[in-house]
Amino acid sequence: MQLHRFHGGLKLADETAASTRDPVLVMGVPSQLIVPLGQHIGEAAEPCVAVGDHVTKGQRIGQSKGYIAAHVHAPSSGEVVEIAPHAVPHPSGLSAPCIVIQTDGQDDWGDNRMEPWLDWDTRDPRRLRQRIRDAGIVGLGGAAFPTAVKLNPRAGQRIHTLIVNGAECEPYISADDMLLRTAPEAVFEGIRIVAHLLRVDRVLFAVEDNMPEAMRSLTENLPGELRDLVQLVSVPSLYPTGGERQLIKVLTGQEVPSGGLPADLGMVCNNPGTFKSVCDAVIQGRPLLSRIVTVTGPGVQHSRNVEALLGTPFADVIAATGGYAEGVDRLVMGGPMMGFAVHDDAIPVIKGTNCLLATRPQDTPPPGPLMPCIRCGECAAVCPAQLLPQQLYWQAKAKDFDAIQDYGLFDCIECGCCAHVCPSNIPLVQYYRYAKNEIWAREKERQKSDIARERYEFRQERIEREEREKAERLAKKKAAVKKKEGEEGGDSDKQAAIQAALERSRARKAARAGGATGDDKSESADTAPTDTENDAGAARSGESHSTDTESR
Amino acid sequence: MRFRTESSPHMIPAHSVGGVMQQVQMALVPGTLAMAWFFGWGVLVNVVLAVLFAVAFEAAIVAARKRPVMTTLGDNSAIVTGWLFALAVPPLTPIWVTLIGIAFAIIVAKHLYGGLGYNPFNPAMVGYVVVLVSFPREMALWPAPDTLSDMSLGLGQTLQTVLTGSLPAAMDWDAITRATPLDAMREGLGTGRTVSEITASPMFGSFSESSWEWIGNFFLLGGLYLLFRRIIHWHIPVAVILGVAIPAGFFWILDPDSFASPAFHVFSGAVIIGAFFIATDPVSASTTPLGRILYGAGIGLLIFVIRTWGGYPDAVAFAVLLMNMVAPTLDHLTRPRIFGRSRRGPPPGDGHA
Repeated sequence: MQLHRFHGGLKLADETAASTRDPVLVMGVPSQLIVPLGQHIGEAAEPCVAVGDHVTKGQRIGQSKGYIAAHVHAPSSGEVVEIAPHAVPHPSGLSAPCIVIQTDGQDDWGDNRMEPWLDWDTRDPRRLRQRIRDAGIVGLGGAAFPTAVKLNPRAGQRIHTLIVNGAECEPYISADDMLLRTAPEAVFEGIRIVAHLLRVDRVLFAVEDNMPEAMRSLTENLPGELRDLVQLVSVPSLYPTGGERQLIKVLTGQEVPSGGLPADLGMVCNNPGTFKSVCDAVIQGRPLLSRIVTVTGPGVQHSRNVEALLGTPFADVIAATGGYAEGVDRLVMGGPMMGFAVHDDAIPVIKGTNCLLATRPQDTPPPGPLMPCIRCGECAAVCPAQLLPQQLYWQAKAKDFDAIQDYGLFDCIECGCCAHVCPSNIPLVQYYRYAKNEIWAREKERQKSDIARERYEFRQERIEREEREKAERLAKKKAAVKKKEGEEGGDSDKQAAIQAALERSRARKAARAGGATGDDKSESADTAPTDTENDAGAARSGESHSTDTESR
Repeated sequence: MRFRTESSPHMIPAHSVGGVMQQVQMALVPGTLAMAWFFGWGVLVNVVLAVLFAVAFEAAIVAARKRPVMTTLGDNSAIVTGWLFALAVPPLTPIWVTLIGIAFAIIVAKHLYGGLGYNPFNPAMVGYVVVLVSFPREMALWPAPDTLSDMSLGLGQTLQTVLTGSLPAAMDWDAITRATPLDAMREGLGTGRTVSEITASPMFGSFSESSWEWIGNFFLLGGLYLLFRRIIHWHIPVAVILGVAIPAGFFWILDPDSFASPAFHVFSGAVIIGAFFIATDPVSASTTPLGRILYGAGIGLLIFVIRTWGGYPDAVAFAVLLMNMVAPTLDHLTRPRIFGRSRRGPPPGDGHA
């Protein structure tokens, strides 16, 4: 098969030898399970049990809300003792709602187990997808995107190629490697189910060339009826080949459009662990309750892979492998390139926990002094998204959020290649995360202020409209009054005549009273009728005022 | 148990600025030794003095800017600046010329713009151009290469000359200096002689003066080492050399009597050291692959143009400084195609949901 290559990337030393020596250790049930309600990309689930409830293994305890979401199940039987925020594996180090189960050691399924579907190939794809959703399955490669959503292409979109992403490119992680060595049949069965569900034409199963045992196991166990469908492909080990976009480029030479999804190319890409979970959910009726975690690094006594129940505290997992080594001071969830350091090991294993990497200061020294960027361009040379990380850095620093988007900030996959080669110790990925968050926050803020502005403008318009309507009504009324006055024209002439006569007699009285004071008074008396006319005008306008008040 | 939480990647960094600069210094050694072989102690005296001045000025101004002195000196960039300056000036340059040039390079060209990473111009070349235009007489005094001269200055005499600015008694400048090949070519062509007449002189080797050819070869060796170690990329050196050679070749084919051969241009003066060590200064160069090619080609073309029709025999420093001005624009115009986009890319703001 003709392979392609993506720009940049890093050749990193393979550190999986230590953790692949021993078989996967299946851990027992810990005394307490801390099950976070948000273990996936999307909205956190809502608890559907209460404190004091007894739960059985596999019982749904967290109900997903929304489309991009996943249910959460009780990994073992026991009693719910607490539903409260607890430290969870998240880069922020913040707490999030968890359901804490005091296990009873029975590991009892009760009546909650879903019906095993051995005849799954007769089922409707929609029902299979629903089963995957009911089982709470998410991508087990680390990103934890709900699988049922991925397997539900948009209307009019046909998926012709299914890609199995066995390119475990981060140094140290060997969870997929060990899964492929120990349970290839279940992975293939999961592939059959998903291939049936999506009706794909072909399946490309990529494995990095530094996982020969896994490849041998797959080759030996590939079922005859899948030979026409599934193509096993050994891909060169180059970080980050395991990135979905990079792997698709390597396998097909095609690039997932910027801002788009593999489905835009008619492809869906999933981790082998996800296929095994699909197989478990459909054929055994078992929801996603456990996963393989690589416990490794110079900071542990003994590296190996562990199958741990979700909710098992990191400390228990590490203790099960033999505990920490002397001087350990950093614990990372995920690989050394993209994983994040956690501050505490009381936090639990979640669906995305593929690796626990413990290191000592001599392995991961505190970052050296931050030096200025010398524009050496090494970052651009290794960037698999073909970006100019040094320019993004300047723009993030300058908070030039228009330019940084123009330069492709949102095409950054945060693989960390740039930060690794930076001679100036600049935590570049941090700058990009900052810029992304800032842009999202501003976007939200803008939407909020847009809504506020719309409301204000609407209110303003309503007030204006009311004013306008009122003015129109007023004008109409005025016109009506005027018209009426015009009709009563005869009367008002009479009234004016009476009024004038009254005024005249009043003036005469006044003239008589103050005759001695002189002629000027009578002169002023002569002007009186004019004043009176004015008064009459004022009286009329007063009348119209009162009409106005009534109309209000 | 509590742990440290630092940002990814959780690996030992692959490079450091100080380490990169050390590699550059190592790569400068063979060419510098070759220069000393042909031009005597003066080359080494220059390098030592210029480096000392550069480090001293850097320390002083970093202290004045209230930045951590030892951390900044640890980037080793001042050493490279001093060293490159020393290789640009003639071997018996008086100490005060070096002092002024370095002061200008470190204080004005580098730190007044914000220090390492912020200088738009190559500091060593700014310092060199300042002394070149200010002290043209001193900058023209290139001694004849020792292999062709019967006189040779000892270390003591060299120090005395550099410190006092005048030669020891019984020696005079006219006797020990001689035109460089570029000077000879320029003057010869200016007085109406043909290229073949000029290069017939015994000082010329296969392309240029043989001593300059050898110096060029050793700098080339250092440059290839930097390429091999991936400290520099091929784009700029190749583009500079082709940028000189292609226009030179074009005119040479048209009129070989009036225009020197492309090989003469490449192996004379500072083209090789400029291509591998000066034009590749990352801070002031372009950073995109295509931008680097255009930047290097521009330097090469300007070198040829200034040498052929300009007022100076060599032009690497001017060419580099002129292209420094264009580098940010080149970077902006030559952005690589982003993964998953066409060359024009979607309008800004797209690409995220």
